[in-house]
Amino acid sequence: MGERKDPHVSEGKPKAVATRDAYGSALLELGGKREDVVVLDADLSGSTKTAKFAKTFPERFFNIGISEQDLVGTAGGLSLAGKVPFASTFAIFETGRAWEQIRQSVCYSHLNVKLVATHSGITVGEDGASHQALMDVALMRVLPGMTVIVPADGTETGQVIHAVAEYDGPVYVRLGRAKVPAIMPEDYRFRMGRGYTFHRGKDANIIAAGIMVSVALEAQQQLKAEGLDVGVVNMSTIKPLDEETLLRTAEASRLIVTAEEHSILGGLGSAVCEVLADAHPAIVKRIGVRDTFGRSGKPDELMKLYGLTAEEIVKTVKTYL
Amino acid sequence: MKAATVVKNAGALSLRAKEVRREIIRMLTEAESGHTGGSLSAADIVTVLYFYKMRHRPEDPLWKERDRFILSKGHAAPLLYAVLALSGYFDRTLLRTLRKVDSVLQGHPSSKMLQGIEVSTGSLGQGLSIANGVALGLRMDGLDSRVYCLLGDGELQEGQVWEAAMTAAHYCLDNLCAIVDNNGLQIDGFCCDVMKIEPVTDKWKAFGWNVFDIDGHDMEQIIAALDEAERVKGKPSVIVARTVKGKGVSFFEGKAEYHGMAPTKEEEEKALKELA
Ligand SMILES: Cc1ncc(C[n+]2csc(CCOP(=O)(O)OP(=O)(O)O)c2C)c(N)n1
Ligand SMILES: [Mg+2]
Repeated sequence: MGERKDPHVSEGKPKAVATRDAYGSALLELGGKREDVVVLDADLSGSTKTAKFAKTFPERFFNIGISEQDLVGTAGGLSLAGKVPFASTFAIFETGRAWEQIRQSVCYSHLNVKLVATHSGITVGEDGASHQALMDVALMRVLPGMTVIVPADGTETGQVIHAVAEYDGPVYVRLGRAKVPAIMPEDYRFRMGRGYTFHRGKDANIIAAGIMVSVALEAQQQLKAEGLDVGVVNMSTIKPLDEETLLRTAEASRLIVTAEEHSILGGLGSAVCEVLADAHPAIVKRIGVRDTFGRSGKPDELMKLYGLTAEEIVKTVKTYL
Repeated sequence: MKAATVVKNAGALSLRAKEVRREIIRMLTEAESGHTGGSLSAADIVTVLYFYKMRHRPEDPLWKERDRFILSKGHAAPLLYAVLALSGYFDRTLLRTLRKVDSVLQGHPSSKMLQGIEVSTGSLGQGLSIANGVALGLRMDGLDSRVYCLLGDGELQEGQVWEAAMTAAHYCLDNLCAIVDNNGLQIDGFCCDVMKIEPVTDKWKAFGWNVFDIDGHDMEQIIAALDEAERVKGKPSVIVARTVKGKGVSFFEGKAEYHGMAPTKEEEEKALKELA
């Protein structure tokens, strides 16, 4: 895993893309390379971006209709028949509605099913709480044998999709609806189970995932301007967690701040606390949605309302330093 | 305390439905997002429920003896908000706040935020089970209130709907009336292309329900079916209402794209003219 000094100096703003759009493109590419890749959706192919694959490879695309439990089971069956199924819908319906199917049919038999869900977190926006998955990482993380990945930007998403196709076993990939800035360096290569350290700080370190990585980098810059040496880790694989990187990070500074667009219960923050409580007690402050449902609003308004901002991270670091 | 205003004749109900549609269009345009097609397709049915059929008191939303309406297809929230506002549950000006960050009018109905909404919905396939539970409870208490539940036709693809269909028939819930907004469309296209649901009426019959097959935009037929359903004893009734998605606005009608797209300002203007 690369270590870089101050990689966030972005000359000229890199293009922001939604991770779901990067997924659509990656699937298309993957479909061209591998005959065994099949895609399933549950009446949301336009929104999850699997429609691109459907158009190019109609014989390898299955719309299961509005029936997420059936979606997951069918994907399981396709994997038993030697295919590599990618099953997509919104995160709350995929992990929530079909949770027991994922547990029993997919994970218990350790089937090679890729659950790639979009519309996670509160950046779903105006649709409101019913559609905002704030507990999906928690739901997936407790399943034995499940791998859980939350890419931070479009480039990383593309790499994740190719990587999980090579891996044999169940994977949950959590994607978003809203655009996120491109933040991963050009020479970055995603590896399952490895966090990426942008910089290791002496005063504090922020462990983040998904959209919150770019927010953490913003906070880092603000804190740097105030003379604080704060590090940032993109912990895109939440399970299995990169304990080595985490421990080294915790040894470097007294304060760890976790940041995720998810409930502070059961997600990245909890995963970090579990490891550190066992191996290296540290002060951990978790930034995330505080055990509440979301609501309707514009994505950026909601990020503010729920404290998922650089300002909130800065405040937290300064308070607990 | 007085009950809600009851509109007795079909012509007056049609006018009321037009008003409901105008509110839906205005609300969605202002919100710049939301579900146009499925709100318009069920507007006639829900208008007849709130202004003719249901026993309810806008001033007393928790009145014990009220009939209950459960919007299983929660994305038609704008329709529910429009009939609630026109019934007098809250001020019409509130409709302009749909989907805004500080509004109680959530993208999908939230019962914790607004009285008049029986239960929060938005995840498809769950409403009929809840309606069954309410119907069972009302019967236990000896209340003659009725329970109405509106489902989408795409929503019928959810297995839970058919689990609930069995439960309702098994417990002979004749105080329950389900209504299917059979507009032929879901998000990815026509139901028959995405995941075939036909034969819909035969399915409900096979599950032990009393079935009405009607034109869901004909006020007389809606009234007749709702009245007749009340007289059927020993089994639940379902009204399979043939509807047009986007009904009332020519350029939204029958178009899958307008499932989840709000009207632009220009579209609003044209739509309101058609609905004048
Ligand atoms: C469990 C679940 N899966 C998926 C969705 C996303 N979704 C919202 S509306 C819709 C299509 C509904 O089609 P239909 O029931 O026919 O409704 P209508 O045509 O009346 O709008 C879908 C798939 C959802 N809200 N809930
Ligand atoms: Mg429909």
